[in-house]
Amino acid sequence: MIIDARGSYCPGPLMELIKAMKKAKVGEVLEVLSSDASSAKDIPEWVKKSGHELLEVKNEGDHWRIVVRKVK
Amino acid sequence: MRIAIVGGGVAGTLTANYLAMRLREELRSKKLEILLISEREKMLYEPGLLYLIFNRVEEKDIVKELKLLLDPGVKLLIGKAEKLDLENQKVLMKNESIDYDYLVIATGSRIVPEEIPGLVETGHWFYDLEGAKRLRNELANFKKGKVVVSVMGIPHKCPVAPIEVTFLLHDFFKLHGIRKDVEIVYTYPVNRVFTMGNVSELVEQMFADRKISSRLFFNPVEVDAKKKEIVTLEGEREKFDLLVAIPPHKGAKIIIDSGINEDGWVPTEKFTLKVKGYDNVFALGDTTDLPISKAGSVAHFQAEVLAENISAEIKGLPPTARYFGKAMCFIETGFDEATYIWFDYETPPRFVKPNKFTHWMKIAYNRMFWLTARGIL
Repeated sequence: MIIDARGSYCPGPLMELIKAMKKAKVGEVLEVLSSDASSAKDIPEWVKKSGHELLEVKNEGDHWRIVVRKVK
Repeated sequence: MRIAIVGGGVAGTLTANYLAMRLREELRSKKLEILLISEREKMLYEPGLLYLIFNRVEEKDIVKELKLLLDPGVKLLIGKAEKLDLENQKVLMKNESIDYDYLVIATGSRIVPEEIPGLVETGHWFYDLEGAKRLRNELANFKKGKVVVSVMGIPHKCPVAPIEVTFLLHDFFKLHGIRKDVEIVYTYPVNRVFTMGNVSELVEQMFADRKISSRLFFNPVEVDAKKKEIVTLEGEREKFDLLVAIPPHKGAKIIIDSGINEDGWVPTEKFTLKVKGYDNVFALGDTTDLPISKAGSVAHFQAEVLAENISAEIKGLPPTARYFGKAMCFIETGFDEATYIWFDYETPPRFVKPNKFTHWMKIAYNRMFWLTARGIL
């Protein structure tokens, strides 16, 4: 699932991921696109705390791509 | 020509009044009708609920008849708009369809406590009148135990209200000589106590001074009514004796039913407040999807911009007003001190040290608000 949160500001992208995570199935991969640089820090921190798997954090120029797998 | 405004809260009422003031001649000559459609006959001054739970104000102080707040040039229709047909320029009511030339969507936001299982049965909140009255009675009888103030979703109305209620709870229990018997815990969905960094720093220090603890990255998914525990998406459980929740919010049902957005937030152009894809439809207040506080002051400042631009278009003048994200929030830091923040899309807030004068300004504004609603202040 792709969550395109570009143009949204902190904590918008994280809250969009949290909303999607509530609905996602275990094993599902979620990809967040965010133009807010703080997402690249906040989202991995949240993923670590909540025990999911961080697959990728990548700077794509004008936005960040953060890929997460729901593991529980 | 008709301007239809859907929603009789702060955003809709102020827009109607400002438009009437600017378009007096057009109204007098019957070339124009300004129609305000509201489900409710009364307006609730929602910031007053923070005071009602401590019995500092009563219901009659914070509720007024809408018709008494409106400019005589505005036509008021009490009724439920069920759908907005933006393509055909119609507002659909139960038994009638209303055509418009300009539409202003001011349908606000609402709490959806039912989306967190167990919350309705076990929790309290102050985000509507009934909930606030229930909490007022609960607080009056609360003697000892653990109070958890829990923000259960972002965005929500009045971003600073959870911080304010936490400070006021601290003062309330202190005033009653039971602070030593009460533990206060504050929870927030992200990794700081507020969305804005510098506000967080100040509040975190003030929480520490008051021995208020916080739980961060805390996103409730359920309230376990039997065990009196909040269960989070992150896998934590937090016990409580009294839960003061800020329930999740959604936009109005009519926005969802009209297929505009699944959560009820209207896609809005940030400077002109035009609904994306439409030149004659505008949105303001809580209902927009803008990255700005859902607060009365925002609705107030946006209403000024909208009224200026819509009236300019009608008069054949250039509609050059722009909303730049202006917002102002008082922050009560106790029963006798407050601070405030001003900010916009590009300017982060700066503080004044919490002080008595700002607090008394806020208390005075709680009464003066009715002048704002009338478009005077």
